[in-house]
Amino acid sequence: MSPKTVIVGGSVGGIRAAQALRSQGYVGEIVVIDAEPNVPYDKPPLSKGFLNGTIDFDRIQLISEKELSDSEIGLVLGQRAAAVDVSEKVVRLDGGHGVGYDDLVIATGVRARPSPWNASEGVHLLRTLDDAQSLKRDLLESGSVVVVGGGFIGAEVAATASRLGLSVSIVDPLAVPIGRILGDGVGERFIGLHHANGVATYFGTGVESISGSRGNLVVGLTNGIHLSGDIVVVGIGAVPNVEWLASSGLVLDNGVVCDEFLRAVGQANIYGIGDVARWHHPGLRRLVRVEHWTNAIEQAACVAANIVNPSNPVSYSPVPYVWSDQYDWKIQIAGETVDASSYSLVEDPANPNRFAAVYVDEAGLYSGIATVNWPRAMIQCRKLLETERDVAVPLALLRQMV
Amino acid sequence: MPIIKADLELCQGYANCVMEAPKLFDISDDGVVVVLEEEFGEETRGRVEAAVRSCPVSALRIEE
Repeated sequence: MSPKTVIVGGSVGGIRAAQALRSQGYVGEIVVIDAEPNVPYDKPPLSKGFLNGTIDFDRIQLISEKELSDSEIGLVLGQRAAAVDVSEKVVRLDGGHGVGYDDLVIATGVRARPSPWNASEGVHLLRTLDDAQSLKRDLLESGSVVVVGGGFIGAEVAATASRLGLSVSIVDPLAVPIGRILGDGVGERFIGLHHANGVATYFGTGVESISGSRGNLVVGLTNGIHLSGDIVVVGIGAVPNVEWLASSGLVLDNGVVCDEFLRAVGQANIYGIGDVARWHHPGLRRLVRVEHWTNAIEQAACVAANIVNPSNPVSYSPVPYVWSDQYDWKIQIAGETVDASSYSLVEDPANPNRFAAVYVDEAGLYSGIATVNWPRAMIQCRKLLETERDVAVPLALLRQMV
Repeated sequence: MPIIKADLELCQGYANCVMEAPKLFDISDDGVVVVLEEEFGEETRGRVEAAVRSCPVSALRIEE
């Protein structure tokens, strides 16, 4: 009998894993199960181009009908996986139907952290297509929005709303929200970017309450200020979707805990990928969970290789990479910047909206790079991260480029 | 021989393709993809397919 791989989760990690299996010569059956009824779609545009109306749904589909049938990938949509029986090798769907597997890939992702404040009409989260469609409708009919959360999603929503002509306020308990990722000096430039685009920032202050309803919402801040908005968007992080695995016996701790080969610990034929997977990173020597698009596709390729060739598995030790689009800034980040102890800035005298920050770790070694509006500098320095630890090398390269 | 086609209007310079296949792709000073070798042989197909799938805006495709 030919083998069968079941992939639970039809977002980018799940779909790319199915395609990578075929690409690497897997001849067994492949089934992708997803709780949403929509054909698989890509999520990054939901806070950017799809939200502002420049990109339609057909442009964010992850795979076409033809590609599905050419690659013989089965899709089961609108069916929620409710449990997995590891000893019987069966995924149980809501309603009790069982789907047997030889290899199982867990790619159920994360969901938006729900608003801890009184949620009512006009208070939005943003994670799924339905969320984005509902927010898009409200943005087009509103004059003002309060965005709670100054991270990438919050900043992207603020940028989109301001571009659509709304009056925008953005709130975060951190004084410099992006500083958590890129250091306060760089983070302050992102605050300046909000201001340059007419967005009011309330950073370093928390949210105490949200009251009212659509068209007349009031966000009460811990410093006593009350912000009014027609709508509110809450972007305060995400929670791994692991509840369906509660009875499985798999190790769950802020995600599905996996080994360096992305196998769920203690399991030879169950893998985790994407936002839900918390794996032992062999380079960093600790468990990490990464909510980045590129991480999901790289993990998908790694898991496909390990399913096809389980006797000689490859470990997963990536150079992280993430991007964000805010106003007219194209932001790209590679490597480790969060734990990096310091950075050096390289600016382009010919273009004030272009700069790079080069990060070093505690030992003073090159660990990460962030660029604004500078894709060519990014790729050169991102490639260097694979081989070069001397920070003088990326700095010299960047200075040569301006 | 199959060839690689890039849509320069769609490309945003994310450069995942360069990481997947540095001999086939680069990024220009303008921040968009440059296809270094349009034609590729069957031995390179896996790498090209990985590069196509790694593009966040689906700007790459294979023409048979």
